[in-house]
Amino acid sequence: MASARLDTEKVKQDAQDELEMKVAKYSRGKGADLKVLRDKKLKAQLTAREKLYGKSAKDAAMTDKWLMPTEGGFLEPENDLEKSYRFKQDDVLKEVDLLSSTKPFDMILPVLGPYTIEYTSNGRYMLVGGRKGHLAMMDMLNMDLIKEFQVRETVRDVTFLHNEQLYAVAQKKYPYIYNRHGTEIHCLKEHGKALKLQFLTKQFLLASINSFGQLHYQDVSTGEMVANYRTGLGRTDVMRVNPYNAVIGIGHASGKVTMWKPTSVKPLVTMLCHHGPVTAVAFDRGGHLMATSGVDRKIKIWDLRKYEVVHSYAARAQSLDFSERGLLACSNGSQVEIYRNVGGHDSKLYMKHRMMKGYQVGKVLFRPYEDILGIGHSMGLSSILVPGSGEPNFDTFVNNPMETTKQKREKEVHALLDKLPPETVMLNPNMIATVRAPKKKEKKTKKEIEEEMEDAIEAAKNLERKKKTKGRSKPSKRAKKKEEDVFRAKRPFLEESKEIEGQPGKKQRVGEKVELPKALQRFAKKPQSS
Amino acid sequence: MRVKVISRSTDEFTRERSQDLQKVFRNYDPGLRSQEKAVEYTRALNAAKLDKIFAKPFVGAMDGHVDAISCMAKNPNHLKAIFSGSMDGDIRLWDIAARKTVCQFPGHQGAVRGLATSMDGDLLVSCGVDCTVRLWKVPMLKMVDTSDHTGDNSQPSAVFTWKHAFLGVDHQWDGNLFATAGAQVDIWDPNRSEPINSFQWGNDTVLSLRFDPGECNILITSASDRSLTLYDLRTSSPARKLIMKTRCNSVCWNPREPMNFTAANEDTNCYSFDARKLDEAKIVHKGHVSAVMDIDYSPTGREFVTGSYDRTVRIFNYFGDHSREIYHTKRMQRVFCVKYTYDGTYLVSGSDDTNLRLWKSKASEQLGVLLPRERKRQEYLDAIKERYKHLPEVKRIDRHRHLPKAIYNAANLRRTMIEAENQKAERRRKHSAPGSMPVQPFRKRRIIKEVE
Repeated sequence: MASARLDTEKVKQDAQDELEMKVAKYSRGKGADLKVLRDKKLKAQLTAREKLYGKSAKDAAMTDKWLMPTEGGFLEPENDLEKSYRFKQDDVLKEVDLLSSTKPFDMILPVLGPYTIEYTSNGRYMLVGGRKGHLAMMDMLNMDLIKEFQVRETVRDVTFLHNEQLYAVAQKKYPYIYNRHGTEIHCLKEHGKALKLQFLTKQFLLASINSFGQLHYQDVSTGEMVANYRTGLGRTDVMRVNPYNAVIGIGHASGKVTMWKPTSVKPLVTMLCHHGPVTAVAFDRGGHLMATSGVDRKIKIWDLRKYEVVHSYAARAQSLDFSERGLLACSNGSQVEIYRNVGGHDSKLYMKHRMMKGYQVGKVLFRPYEDILGIGHSMGLSSILVPGSGEPNFDTFVNNPMETTKQKREKEVHALLDKLPPETVMLNPNMIATVRAPKKKEKKTKKEIEEEMEDAIEAAKNLERKKKTKGRSKPSKRAKKKEEDVFRAKRPFLEESKEIEGQPGKKQRVGEKVELPKALQRFAKKPQSS
Repeated sequence: MRVKVISRSTDEFTRERSQDLQKVFRNYDPGLRSQEKAVEYTRALNAAKLDKIFAKPFVGAMDGHVDAISCMAKNPNHLKAIFSGSMDGDIRLWDIAARKTVCQFPGHQGAVRGLATSMDGDLLVSCGVDCTVRLWKVPMLKMVDTSDHTGDNSQPSAVFTWKHAFLGVDHQWDGNLFATAGAQVDIWDPNRSEPINSFQWGNDTVLSLRFDPGECNILITSASDRSLTLYDLRTSSPARKLIMKTRCNSVCWNPREPMNFTAANEDTNCYSFDARKLDEAKIVHKGHVSAVMDIDYSPTGREFVTGSYDRTVRIFNYFGDHSREIYHTKRMQRVFCVKYTYDGTYLVSGSDDTNLRLWKSKASEQLGVLLPRERKRQEYLDAIKERYKHLPEVKRIDRHRHLPKAIYNAANLRRTMIEAENQKAERRRKHSAPGSMPVQPFRKRRIIKEVE
């Protein structure tokens, strides 16, 4: 009887804890400290506001069980002897439902590879670019090929713009923009020979890095070239946008990773991550984790709040990607490894997948809102199941994988209405609408300097001198000494005040200030306004 | 091995038939929405800009009187009816929707200075400088048919002649008495030809009066001796009196907080008082550049409208120290009376140029019936605008108002004068004995004393 009661209490406690965790997620950080406020009116208003925020967070936490119908995927061993990374794709495929078992595929396209891939932000469409000019777009929901064509020149990178209606392709000389039907819409000559393309969805900016290491930002809604910066660190094709704050991270051959925003000429952050060239960069959705890999056979996980290494693995990786739920996929040769919980203390290998021998994996990319990893490699493309990688519940108004045409149109218009200006790209996106902490007062005012000087003079005057012999303590000598002391005490303050006044040493020309009589004004150098 | 992967069948996530509504799924996880604050800020900025674009507050003018409009009264029975009285003795009933006169009430020999309706809407009381009080039966409005321009000319149901000219009238909210202001305050019963009670405190003219909406026997008057006086009809003498440095032209109770009232003062400011605590104003509402002539509260009690001698109509929040909105037109002259309509969406102003003008109370509001979706969106935009209103860009757009040059210059001049005055006081304080000139808040500065 007693144990039953204890059990129910424990269940209740657990439910309470879970609710609290959820509330913390929805409340977006701590509330403001209102105790320091002295303005009663403001305090009352803000207290009411904070209360409302707390309530809405709690409501969201309470209802999310009902609002979110799908549960996330998982892959768990039955006992301690089993390891999740020992499971092969075939084993996983046997266990999952019929619908999911049709999703993984291997496409062997040996002629025009190696291939790079890209998904739309709702995960429905996939864009495939073969190095030798093969472009294809697929609807992954129905497994339809929408359009496939040849550009007959090198394709270095592909990226979708805001939806699947438009995409950009970095080709031999310039990037081009095509529409869904494969019609060339624009040729972006200003970008030059782009090696890598990224799209900042909220800002409608297409970013590219070209073979001279120049970073271009172009607004695709107006066509305006927003920024053009020289990185000055040489040619690279390692570039990734941080989904949390739309800052672009570029990995360089010198082992540095630099972060850029469209409104500053200098990088926001430069960090030395590897000894030797950086081969891949990836950012977590939460924005606080970055994974880098270098030719020095290291994969490093960085905490972007402190710019410190959290973990360092001894492994090679040609390509890295974080999934929505924080799994990290690394490709090395023909092998793909997936790590779990890389930011925490107990990070470990989660899954392993080996392609056919001799295949070189060029790009790994998790498909949004699905438990699927897309792989582009030298002999075509593949996709494998990675249980627990994708976000199980989508929001219709954010990204809808089952979008109808009408919804898509509506969303496009809303996205354009809410287009963010380029200035909103910043390291901490929550800085907007907060008050900057008061700067430490560096310069003293003139009055303060004068007061301090007077104090110092007073101190110098009152200094007691030792009595000395041989006429060195004559009144005249003493007076002279005192004068010197006062002057010495004064000097630093005089210099300081001179700095404040802004070099009063330069005399202004006297002639300009003199108002000439009207009759003489016509002889003045500049015609004076009367 | 236990394994599960996300698997969504299309049927579960899309509608079955094309007549069905689209299925909507929500996930409020902040992780899905990056750069939330930037997005909200941009939306707030766009909303502020759109508000500016859609700000068209002037609905129309009602032309018909041949002299300046001196007073107005609302009709509690009809949302779209309003009475107006002019300086030539003409009283008209207007249909606001059609912006036409429905009927006229002729009879006053001089200017009509006060109009009031009973709360049941059947009785209209008018008074004027011809020393008469006239009671009119309000005609049942055939609002549908507005083609007969000046319909049945009605006759007053009673005419009371009294010793002095009248300057204002107000009817009790609950009860059938009404009070007139003139050389003294008279309380009338509509069935008696002489006042049932009269109050006098000093020998000065009473300018305006208003009954308390909460306590039907309390009324407040403003008089030309710069006083605000509270009366209680149950006692034989006035209750309390407050003397200010300049006189108040009009007073109005807050209908939702009936212990608070706001007085429109000659010194360009409005003063909100708590009737229980008259020694200091609760809030001073600044903004006008000339005497404030009339004031009326919105039925929600959250804002009030003032009309001023400086040819503008302003809207204030009941707790705001500066106006939220300024309305002016090139043709509008000195504003003598303003009224909020009973639904709080429109204002009517009557001015020296013989026109009544109809304004929207929210300049950019979309009129007519809103779909629930539209209303939700409007609420959302208002909320984010409220949240980001302190940011410089949003604030600049939101606060900017174009003003006629004369008013703009007058406001600048006033600011200079006030600054100079303050500086002078500050200097005098510095050169006088410490403590001999205490700093007085502006809430108290214009009050001379309170008399019990």
